[in-house]
Amino acid sequence: MRKPQVAVVGAAETTRLGIIPDMSQIQLHADAALNALADAGLKLSDIDGIATAVETPQQIAHYLGITPRWVDGTSVGGCSFMLHVRHAAAAIAAGLCSTVLITHAESGKSMIGKLPRSIPADSLQGQFEAPFGVVGPPSMFPIPVLRFMKTFGITHEQLAMVAVVQREWAAKNPRAMMKEPISVDDVLNSRMIAYPFRLLQCCLVTDGGGALILTSAERAKNFPHKPVYVLGAGESVETPMVSQMESFNSSRAFRVAGPAAFAEAGISHSDVDHLMIYDAFAHLPLYGLGDLGFMPYEDTGPFIAAGHTRPGGKLPLNTNGGGLSYMHSGMYGMYALQESVRQMRGIAPAQVPNARISVCHGVGGMFAASGTVIFGNQD
Amino acid sequence: MAELARARPKPTPETQHFWDGTKAGELRLQRCDGCAHIYFPPRPFCPHCGGRAVSIFSASGRASLYSYVINHRPAAPGFAAPYAIAVVELEEGPRMMSNIIDCPQTPEALQLDMKLEVAFERLDDAITLPVFRPAKG
Ligand SMILES: [Zn+2]
Repeated sequence: MRKPQVAVVGAAETTRLGIIPDMSQIQLHADAALNALADAGLKLSDIDGIATAVETPQQIAHYLGITPRWVDGTSVGGCSFMLHVRHAAAAIAAGLCSTVLITHAESGKSMIGKLPRSIPADSLQGQFEAPFGVVGPPSMFPIPVLRFMKTFGITHEQLAMVAVVQREWAAKNPRAMMKEPISVDDVLNSRMIAYPFRLLQCCLVTDGGGALILTSAERAKNFPHKPVYVLGAGESVETPMVSQMESFNSSRAFRVAGPAAFAEAGISHSDVDHLMIYDAFAHLPLYGLGDLGFMPYEDTGPFIAAGHTRPGGKLPLNTNGGGLSYMHSGMYGMYALQESVRQMRGIAPAQVPNARISVCHGVGGMFAASGTVIFGNQD
Repeated sequence: MAELARARPKPTPETQHFWDGTKAGELRLQRCDGCAHIYFPPRPFCPHCGGRAVSIFSASGRASLYSYVINHRPAAPGFAAPYAIAVVELEEGPRMMSNIIDCPQTPEALQLDMKLEVAFERLDDAITLPVFRPAKG
């Protein structure tokens, strides 16, 4: 393992998660940022680098009163924050800035001060996808899964178990939206959304945000919390059109981002104590387990169904409850990162005992983009 | 409140030939003159080798069902739920999103890899969409 150069020294979510009808989207950014600054014991004037997605960096910097000398507005969907961590680590290591603030927030449910998302009719998506009845992510993101199921012999019951197991984790998280236990039958009898997926296999829609503060590993020891080191990271994009993916049996962006992070960190799969795989829908953990090289694709469904990712299992996965049960404001990657940081600090509500390495893998759009960050708590 | 219209593609200079084709009852693809790569969606260069010498040709219209969802949520304007949103694989290689007509919109009827053939659904004077139906025989 290489010596880490950069660490997370501040991490926080918005004060509340869920339905927040009394705050605009930009105020959710600020709430998360101020919480992260308090967590790190820093002032706004200590921040000299800023990264955010959807909202522009100038919007957030001005609202917070920050004068950055390094800026990243990479906006590739829900994994943008994984890419921000990677870019910030490189910038800090190169001396371009010393202390980076990464913010996410979305008024996903209450829709206050939220920028409209629309597909222009003369874009490629507008011409070659929109006319065929697509209505938001639930009608598009699951399109590949029937092919994946046929190729690898994955069953509906196995895909239902993804939701069941994550609800078990959510039950241990006081801030999770959905904590009532559910069974495979509950999942398979819930309302059909977009066959083959039913309500309990689709992410929540909520309001919230989160922020991270990164600085050099050298400085990181002088902060209130145990540093969480960035050991490695990877990123890629494939296509904004789900119909144009190279294959529905795998995500090319996952296959680029994941292995790059493992190679940089210099770890193997058996070193991983804790894993987050962005689960906007129930098939994503299966793609992630396969594309990141944890196991052959045909083993992914049986592995989850056998309980290996549940509390007490050998590969704890999505330990906050995930986008299916914890929260999902629209760009969930930030919450996956927050949970990895909590696990590495040893303060997660569903703490994995003695966890030393956490892999946090994100998706953007409908398999359009990907980012992977590997964290560790040993220097 | 007026009923919302079905999402309607707006051609660009680079895609106009495709939409002219569907209007004329042809499914037009592009092939690279240099490396023979066949690709979709339309663009005036080859995304495999970068060559700008490419030719437009009329595809066979034969395809197979690659994957799909059946949307049960409130339908997009112009649709009645439940309906399938499919990705078909053309005999020539490229895949495209489309709808499957003349077929029950059920998992039982919509079998992956089933043979399909192109059909054309006129939206208005300017736009005709390529859709697919189960192949005959
Ligand atoms: Zn070529």
